[in-house]
Amino acid sequence: MEFFLISLLNGVSYGLLLFMLSAGLTLIFSMMGVLNFAHASFYMLGAYLGYSLSSLWGFVPALILAPLGVGLLGAAFEKWFLRRVHAHGHVPELLITFGLAYVVLEVVQLLWGRAAVPFAPPTWLQGPAFTLIGGGPFADLQWVWGAASEAACQPPALCSPFPATRAFMMAVALAMVLSLWALITHTRVGLVIQAALTHPQAVQTLGHNVPRVFMWVFGVGTGLAALAGVIGGSTFVTDPSMAATVGTVTFVVIVIGGLGSLAGAFWASVLMGTVQTMAVAIDLSLSDLWSALGLPLQASAADSTWMTMSLAQAAPILPYLILVLMLMVRPRGLMGTREG
Amino acid sequence: MNPPRPVSADPLIGRSAWHWMFFLAALMLLAPWIFSSPFEQAVLTQMGIAIVACLSYNILLGQGGMLSFGHAVYTGLGAYMAMHVLQAAGSAGWPVPVSLIPLVGGVFGMGFAVVLGYVTTRRSGTTFAMITLGMAELVFAMSLMFTDFFGGEAGLSGNRVQGPALWGIDFKSQTQVYALVAAYTWVCVGLMYAFTQTPLGRLLNAVRDNAERLSFIGYQPQRVRYLAFIIAGFFAGVSGGMAVLHFEIVTAEVVGAARSGAYLLFTFLGGSGYFVGPILGAVGMVLSSVLLSEWSAAWLLYLGVLFVAMVMCAPGGLASIAVWHLRWIMQPEASRLWRWYLGCLFSACVSTSGAASAIELFYHHQLQSSVGTPLRWLGQSWATDQPMPWALAALAMITGAAGWVFFKRRWNQTWDTMLLPPRGAGS
Repeated sequence: MEFFLISLLNGVSYGLLLFMLSAGLTLIFSMMGVLNFAHASFYMLGAYLGYSLSSLWGFVPALILAPLGVGLLGAAFEKWFLRRVHAHGHVPELLITFGLAYVVLEVVQLLWGRAAVPFAPPTWLQGPAFTLIGGGPFADLQWVWGAASEAACQPPALCSPFPATRAFMMAVALAMVLSLWALITHTRVGLVIQAALTHPQAVQTLGHNVPRVFMWVFGVGTGLAALAGVIGGSTFVTDPSMAATVGTVTFVVIVIGGLGSLAGAFWASVLMGTVQTMAVAIDLSLSDLWSALGLPLQASAADSTWMTMSLAQAAPILPYLILVLMLMVRPRGLMGTREG
Repeated sequence: MNPPRPVSADPLIGRSAWHWMFFLAALMLLAPWIFSSPFEQAVLTQMGIAIVACLSYNILLGQGGMLSFGHAVYTGLGAYMAMHVLQAAGSAGWPVPVSLIPLVGGVFGMGFAVVLGYVTTRRSGTTFAMITLGMAELVFAMSLMFTDFFGGEAGLSGNRVQGPALWGIDFKSQTQVYALVAAYTWVCVGLMYAFTQTPLGRLLNAVRDNAERLSFIGYQPQRVRYLAFIIAGFFAGVSGGMAVLHFEIVTAEVVGAARSGAYLLFTFLGGSGYFVGPILGAVGMVLSSVLLSEWSAAWLLYLGVLFVAMVMCAPGGLASIAVWHLRWIMQPEASRLWRWYLGCLFSACVSTSGAASAIELFYHHQLQSSVGTPLRWLGQSWATDQPMPWALAALAMITGAAGWVFFKRRWNQTWDTMLLPPRGAGS
């Protein structure tokens, strides 16, 4: 039980990290109609910049400065590159972000090398935030802040620690969700953004500088991705493949949530994070399900790859499977409004 | 969603398709005599394979306005199926001649397009792009899971030298493989060009340009996209089958995202708005992966930068640049433009070599400075820890850029006095 709870929490924290990426991506998409292929590249850039800055000045300055720097880069990219190809239509816009992803990957490998860099969380984030001690049934579940003592973890009691980095990830992501929500619904800038989402020409006519709004939305979106990068990079691994790992899952998330829907992106992120994390921990296969249902199984079928593959082994394809199923059943996604 | 110019209205190609096909045949026949070493012929064979793949991709991108991120699924799965049939022909004695293996790949590529394309082509635009990306990831993830079909890390390998040799053709020599691939390529190029001229091909262009209007006059855009997708899947599979015969091995990377990305990148670089564009792109794809990767460690960076520059400045690709050249060279007063043109070209070369030098210096400094060997570049050896090479690179970049601005302005002024409307490449 305590293992299940910790897995669930791990999943939700990963999902919230995904949301920090998908929020910017879906905001940019709904504003400009541009699917930013390089979004995960900004995530990676944030992680690497965070690594360099934290080795210079410490983790907290890096956590603030790296997203700022990457956000400015993103805004510059929008102003000087994306805006110029906007006239040619959506395909060139998508292609230029695709090209940027190539370039960023190569530049990162050039500056920081092809191997993973040792980006460790600061000492105050190392170790568990709390530990769950369970001896069996749920009623006996105990909660201890920080690490549990050796004595408390003697069998039959089982200790499941929850890492502080994960807790920090959740806290930052939730703070970001709240401030983003407050910004969009309760401020004047948010009002302009909301209006520019649907009626950019009208907003422009009213005297607002819509291209500049776009630029800052792009900058803030990429900055959020970089913030996720600093946290994700220090929690997981900071290597050149991190963009590809997270990037495709983020795309799956925003399509499942419904393109352009922030709320949809939130729920889809949490769902996807949980599914991916939980599936890895479950070692059951179709043949186990079959026998649990009491159905007979032929020996030849029992040995086939399909039947013996465990859910943990199938975990990498789950997001894409869900994506394809979602598009077949409900093409506009969980909370999307447009049919694509 | 509009590529720069419709394919069929191209005056340079549309009028004399047969002449171009004869030209291509002559080129293909001549090539193995000029490039006679097995390595060179292997490169030529790869070009044929890439040409069919990129042209089939352009049925989607250029002609249908469908930006697919998963075309390698169809070339790759076609290749896997072709490999299984090749293996079965060798071990289980299936009566399939080796020369028909590309066709086997084509049929299976088509079959997969029928199944997967049904889901994919229900959407268009960005959602289409996303679904193809999801499909590609799905298939790639599966390729590592189902090891009995995909062969796992090692992949599958087969032997093309089997069965009775018809007229002494046993595919032992690279020349014979080249001949087979060239024949398939020639036929496929012809068929794909013919497809652009059929009513379905024209409808596909209409779907790209304005799907809503097309549905008003009674056609189903979804259906047109689906049919085009199936046809593209067939030719993709043929390309995969040819790759099986050439490489005699299939690994999971043939269905990978990098391969799909390469098809997109080079089809676009070649010029998706022209029928010949993907052919140029495919030749570039093979040349860059074979030669550029030998010359420079930074070749992917060059490729990325070139791609971004192309999207920014010449979205019509290499083909549009060629057409632009033809357009001004054919002007009666073109002689007035030449000196400014050569000036532009020269300064572009200076600037590019400066930038490339800077990149090479940087790469060398980052990767090999600890070894202490100086960089070999442009026939000289450079010490990356000295300021001189860096200053030279910067100087070349700056003077080249300044020269470009100066000559381009002159070129434009002269062009304007010739009272012709279009300016600049591809726009």
